[in-house]
Amino acid sequence: MAKELLKGNIAFAEAAIRAGCEAYFGYPITPQTELLEHMAKRMVDLDRVFLQAESEVAAINMVYGASCAGARVMTSSSSPGISLMQEGFSYIAGSNVPVVIIDVMRGGPGLGNIQPSQSDYNQVTKSAGHGDFHPIVLAPSTVQEAIDLTTLAFDLADKYRTLVFVIADGAIGQMMEPAELPEMRPLREKPPAWALTGAKGRPQNTISSLFLGAEQLEKLNLDLQAKLALMRESEVRYEEAYLDDAEVVVIGFGTAARVAQTAVKRLRDEGLPVGLFRPISLWPFPEKQLARLAERNPAIRSFLVVEMNAGQMLHDVRMIVGHRVPVRFKGRMGGIIPLPEEIEEEIRLTFESVGIPTLRKEASNGHIAR
Amino acid sequence: MAILPADEKLIDVVAIENRDEKLVYQRPVSLTDVYTHYCPGCTHGIAHRLVAEVIDEMGLREDTILVASVGCSVFAYNYFELDACEAAHGRAPAMATGVKRVHPDKIVFTYQGDGDLASIGMGEIIHAAARGEKFTTIFINNAVYGMTGGQMAPTSLPGQVTTSSPFGRDLALCGAPIRIAELLSNLDGTAYSVRRSLHDARHIIQAKKAIRTAFEAQVQGLGFSIVELLSTCPTNWGMTASESMEWVKDEMIPVYPLGDYKVAPELATRR
Repeated sequence: MAKELLKGNIAFAEAAIRAGCEAYFGYPITPQTELLEHMAKRMVDLDRVFLQAESEVAAINMVYGASCAGARVMTSSSSPGISLMQEGFSYIAGSNVPVVIIDVMRGGPGLGNIQPSQSDYNQVTKSAGHGDFHPIVLAPSTVQEAIDLTTLAFDLADKYRTLVFVIADGAIGQMMEPAELPEMRPLREKPPAWALTGAKGRPQNTISSLFLGAEQLEKLNLDLQAKLALMRESEVRYEEAYLDDAEVVVIGFGTAARVAQTAVKRLRDEGLPVGLFRPISLWPFPEKQLARLAERNPAIRSFLVVEMNAGQMLHDVRMIVGHRVPVRFKGRMGGIIPLPEEIEEEIRLTFESVGIPTLRKEASNGHIAR
Repeated sequence: MAILPADEKLIDVVAIENRDEKLVYQRPVSLTDVYTHYCPGCTHGIAHRLVAEVIDEMGLREDTILVASVGCSVFAYNYFELDACEAAHGRAPAMATGVKRVHPDKIVFTYQGDGDLASIGMGEIIHAAARGEKFTTIFINNAVYGMTGGQMAPTSLPGQVTTSSPFGRDLALCGAPIRIAELLSNLDGTAYSVRRSLHDARHIIQAKKAIRTAFEAQVQGLGFSIVELLSTCPTNWGMTASESMEWVKDEMIPVYPLGDYKVAPELATRR
C-alpha cells in the first residue's frame, strides 16, 4: 500500500484493526483519545466490538472478559489510566490470556499534564501489577514503527498468551508523518480451544487467576517464569547506529532516541566518534546485546542515557554496563522534549568527562553549542 | 446411605436399579459432582442449585458462560459445569460485558455477593445495567462480607454487629443499607429487577421462578436482568442454620422488602 500522511494515534488504531483486532474497549484520555474515536467509527463499520467503558478499571476488565471469550482484543490509554488498569493487567497475567495495550504516555505524577513523556517505563516494564510478571513492552520512535509494532503486538500476544504493551509518548501519538499501513488481515475463523464459548461437546473451560494451594500457585508462577525466560531469549528487539568505532554511545527509546539520533548525526558530521543504541523491546530489555556491545567495543569510554523522565531506563543500563564504563544521564520531565542541541551538549560533556576534548565552535549546521 | 470415597464423589451404596422407584430429584447436569466448601446453613448451595436447574430446564448448559466474582462464591466455577471465568473483586459486570459483547448469542451470568456488587463493584454494576447489557446477575445479599470473616457490608442492617462494626452499624457514621434491586430498577437498561428470599421452601420456589424469568429476559434480549436473593451467613452471623433463616425473615425482609421492582412488559405474563 502507498504511504499516506497519518497521525500516530490513528495509525495505532488502524494498524490494530488490520492486524485482526476483534474487540476494543477504552476510556477517553488525552493524548490518545483520537485512537478511541477512530475505533468508535471503524470497528462499528466493520461489525466488530467497540465499547466506551465507564472507567479504565472497567475497560481493562471488559478486555479481560473479551480475551477469555477468545477475541483478539485491545485497549488504549495514557499514564494515569494505565495506573488504574494495573489491577486488570495482573489478573490477565495470572490467567495467561492475550491482550494488547497501547499506552500514549504523558507527564506525571498525578494528573500531571498532557505533554509527551516517557514516565511509564518503570510502571509497564517492572511493576505493571502485583505479582511476578512482565508484559512484553515495545517502544516505537516513528509513526511507521507504531504501525509495525502494533501488528507485531497482536502476534506476540497470541503466541505467548500474554500482555503486550506498545508504549509511545504523546509526540508520537499526536504527530503526523508519512507511513504505510499493511493490508487488512482476515479475522480468525474460530476462537482458540481454551476460550469460553459454551461447553458444547467438551468439558468445561475455566479461566481464573485464583490458586489457593501454595504448591499449585508456585507451579503456575514457575510456568510463567519459564514463559518469560523464553521471551527473553526470543523477543529482544533493538537498533544500532554508528557503533563500530564509537567511544561514546547514546542510549534512548521512542521520541528521546529520535531526537538523540539527530544530535548523534550532527556530531558525527563534526567527526566525533559517537553512536546510538535504541532498545525497541523495553521488556525484554536487550541486556545481552548491550553487555556484548560494551565487551566487544573496548573503545567505548562512556554511555549517555537520554530519556523524557528522571532516569528510569537508566537503572537498567547502569546494571548491565555500569561496572565497565561510566553511564551519564540527560533527562527532561514535565512533558518537555529535549532539543537536539541539549543532547549534543550533553554528548560533548560526556566526551569531556572521559578526557576526550570536543571542538566548541559554531557548529557547521548553524547551531551554537551552549 | 452415602459414603465418601477417596475421590470425593458420592456413591449410593444401595443398588437402586433393582428397586421399583421413579427418579424425581437428582443433581442438575449444570452442577459438577463435587462437595462445595460452603458452611452448613449457608444458602449459596440453594442458589447454585436453583440457577443450575433453570439452566437445565431451559436447555442452555452448553451455551452458558459464568463470570464468578470475589467472595465466598469465588469458586462457583468449580460447582457449575459451565464455561466460566473468575473476575477481580467487583469487576464481574465489566468482565461479563466483555464476554457477552464477543458472544452475543451466548447466555452470560454473573454471580456476585453484596460486598462485591454493592461496594467495590458498584460502578461496574450500575453502568452495566445502564447500558442494558444483556446478561443476568444473581446477587447474593447476606448483609455481611462472608469470605473475609464477617465485616460490615453496604447491605448490613442498621445496628448490625460485625467484626468491623463492633458497636453495631452506626447510620450517622456509615450511612444506611443500599437497596440494590430498587436502585437498579431506576435505570432504563434494566429489564428485570426483583428481590426474593431463600429462607423457606415457599420463598425458594418463588426465587427459582424469578431466576427463570431473569434468564428469559436475557434470551429475549430485553436488557439487563438481576435477581437479588436474601441469603444467610450463619457462620459470620454467629447463629445456627435455623436461627439464620428466622433472621432473614424477621430482620432482613423488613429492610429489604421482597418484590418486583422492574419487570419489562414482555415478561409481565411470566410473573
